[in-house]
Amino acid sequence: MRKLVYLFFVLFAFASCSKEVIVNQEVKPVDTGVNPDEWVLVPAGHFYYNMHAHDAVIDNDYEIMVTDVTNKQYAEFMNKAVAAKAIKIDGDSIKGHYPGDPFDGYLHEWKIPEGDYVLMPFGEPGSHIKLVDGKFVVDKGFENHPVVMVTWFGAKAYADFYGYRLPTEKEWAKAARGTDKRAYPWGDEISVAVTNFKSSHNAIQKMLDAKIGRTTPVGYYNGKKYGDFQTEDNRSPYGLYDMGGNVWQWVGDDYPDVHYRYMRGGSFDNYEYNLFVWARNSAGPDYYGINVGFRCARDVKTETVTEVAVDSVSADTLKVEEIEVKVEEIEK
Amino acid sequence: MNRFNYLFSSTKGLILTAISLIAIVTAVFQTLSGPMVEWGIKDVTVKLLGMDLNPQERAGRIIMLYHTIAMAVVAIEVYMITSIVPMRRHEQRNINMFITVGYMTAMVFGLGFAYWGHNFTFHGLFLVGQSLVFFSGVMLAVALNPWKKEYYVTDKEFAHFKSGMDMERMAFFVMTIAMLISAGYGAVTGSFWSNGHETFLAEDLIRDPHKTHLQKAIIGHLHIMLTLIAVAITLVVGRWLKFKGVFHKIAMPFMIVGTIVIAGGVWSVVWTHMAHTFIYIGSVGVMLAAFMLVIFSWKKLIHDNAAEMGYENPNFIQKLKALFHDPIKFGPGWQMVFMNFTVSGVGIFMAIKLEQIFRVWPAREERITLTGHWHILAALIATIIIMYYVDIVGIKGKIRKWFGWILIIGSDIAFASMTIYSMKRLVVPNEVAQQGVVNTTMLLTDFGLGAILVSLAILLGWKLFDLFQKDGLWKKEAENPELEAEKTSDPVFNLKRESEFNTEGGVK
Repeated sequence: MRKLVYLFFVLFAFASCSKEVIVNQEVKPVDTGVNPDEWVLVPAGHFYYNMHAHDAVIDNDYEIMVTDVTNKQYAEFMNKAVAAKAIKIDGDSIKGHYPGDPFDGYLHEWKIPEGDYVLMPFGEPGSHIKLVDGKFVVDKGFENHPVVMVTWFGAKAYADFYGYRLPTEKEWAKAARGTDKRAYPWGDEISVAVTNFKSSHNAIQKMLDAKIGRTTPVGYYNGKKYGDFQTEDNRSPYGLYDMGGNVWQWVGDDYPDVHYRYMRGGSFDNYEYNLFVWARNSAGPDYYGINVGFRCARDVKTETVTEVAVDSVSADTLKVEEIEVKVEEIEK
Repeated sequence: MNRFNYLFSSTKGLILTAISLIAIVTAVFQTLSGPMVEWGIKDVTVKLLGMDLNPQERAGRIIMLYHTIAMAVVAIEVYMITSIVPMRRHEQRNINMFITVGYMTAMVFGLGFAYWGHNFTFHGLFLVGQSLVFFSGVMLAVALNPWKKEYYVTDKEFAHFKSGMDMERMAFFVMTIAMLISAGYGAVTGSFWSNGHETFLAEDLIRDPHKTHLQKAIIGHLHIMLTLIAVAITLVVGRWLKFKGVFHKIAMPFMIVGTIVIAGGVWSVVWTHMAHTFIYIGSVGVMLAAFMLVIFSWKKLIHDNAAEMGYENPNFIQKLKALFHDPIKFGPGWQMVFMNFTVSGVGIFMAIKLEQIFRVWPAREERITLTGHWHILAALIATIIIMYYVDIVGIKGKIRKWFGWILIIGSDIAFASMTIYSMKRLVVPNEVAQQGVVNTTMLLTDFGLGAILVSLAILLGWKLFDLFQKDGLWKKEAENPELEAEKTSDPVFNLKRESEFNTEGGVK
């Protein structure tokens, strides 16, 4: 019996000797060849929504980012927005103004009043953006990784600053699933070669520390080979990368009777069932985490553009490029 | 008696069969999740067995899986109850027959439907199996009728009403009735399946502000069924450990009232917001009853073992030695105490600090805590059943000690680690640092569970080997099929009629 007790102590000591986790350790930049500034069009129409595949419809065309917003993009936003006084540095975090949520006083609902809220803390382990000499800079090698440690307020502030918005849950789901009933954005099967999730042991993780989950650069799983690690293409039917795995993505909806904001897509820290296109996570809008990011959507003004073009100019006398220039002028 | 009769008609054989089937199902289906996916074992299982795992049907599959396992566990408890609680022999035989056919039909066809393509004949047979289990429950309630005079207590050391009515029998009866009504909650809702009611996992609805009546009924159903399974095993353990005297007299009223209040509270969840208040009050009653059992059993263990170990006036250390002398009998009480740290304590803490702590976390983290705490309760109940089974088959000496301590230490390490894992945000707020906690606790959980499963596999392997022996131990068990228990009443004495009662295993 004594031997058994010793054995347990030895095993416990062994199990407790986890390597120190150095999250902000520099990594060699990985070029995935995917451009995070690209957007794709998701046309209006029917699609299957959620686990039970209910028939749903989105009436308008919209565009959505091909990848999650990256650290580099978010750092650029913060530098510009601070300069423009749209957001401000306050102690060890960056804050922005939010006009508040409508409050229904429902069971478990919290008030989110008007005020300044944390968009992103800096200096906390897990964040790859630092404030150096008054400028926001990204940890080396993490420039094209998805931004994390960003609150819902932070995601919204980014979108608002550029005139975008966060996708609604339905828009997110349609962009991830397309018009069939697939379970994951890329199909019905999952493997470690196709996305970054709990079971992954990808090249980045090996490079850093195989024991800890990590974000991968946006668009990492695109069929390219990195060292001896061959990836598969994880694009959704509309061409979006990382709609399952890597980081949870904030969506824009503020539903009545709850203060929660919702996230979709699962992350590197979740098992495969969290990556289903219908899987959902939620937290207060002030929550931030090492596996939570976002991407943006924007409206497409096709119908407006056509009407404007037809009403304002003689369409048959202008070439397409000229119409576009004219439309831009009118929009301005 | 041949092997078939032993396995399918004797109490000891029926328990062995059910434990073996649960072990097989657990062994196969645990390869489909968690680290088994990373290690590629899931793919091997799926390919080898030709499973059809449509991702859209995952929630439905999980529901079928735990229903099949839960029904086999209920069957084990019923076998124990029909053996240790006095009733007529034909009642015992009929109840056992119906529940055996029921849970096996539900298990085979339920899993067939869920994991090997949707053959709706299989689904129909799954429902037939469940119906048979329900019917056997109705028969059990009739057999347990505490108002029958022949079942009034013969020994006044057992808790009883003024009339002599047996309170423990009443507790079994109340638990059975509550379980039948609670099963009805699930059945009514299930009958609406795909007819306006869709498959869901309760843990996925936690933050939905508006739940339908059917959804609430299902949430109530799963909570109360597990609670009642726990109540049942507590009563069974009481009989096994010869629970009587003043502690028994305090415990049984609490158990009866607690069970009624909890069940009523859970049923009320469909219509009111008061369910938790009732559940807290009822839980206090049930937990107090379990506490009385723990005090009694440990006192008795110290007393009996100290005498056996030759301590005349044992000091504190000797008392401890006596208490730990037989881990198989010490274990059930300990697991009930341990449960407070990993299940009840966690549940109450969650309820009190829901707004301040758990609803601040991401939903997926709250979900882990919830699912963790009811998985732990289910697994603790399983370890208690295994302990009782080790005693039933008469394992003695060093093997008994090794087996007992591995069960206790292995499960407690696993469940404590799982509790720390699910509560990691409380102790380590920083998410990066949590990854170290995750790695350690997951390793310890796997180690603890692995130790239990290996021990169980050895036990079942030995029983399988024994079955192939011409004059194996199975023969002795077949000749003496009933569980040894001091019964609370003596209908033979009360009625002066001998042959029709299940009193063979009783120690008078």
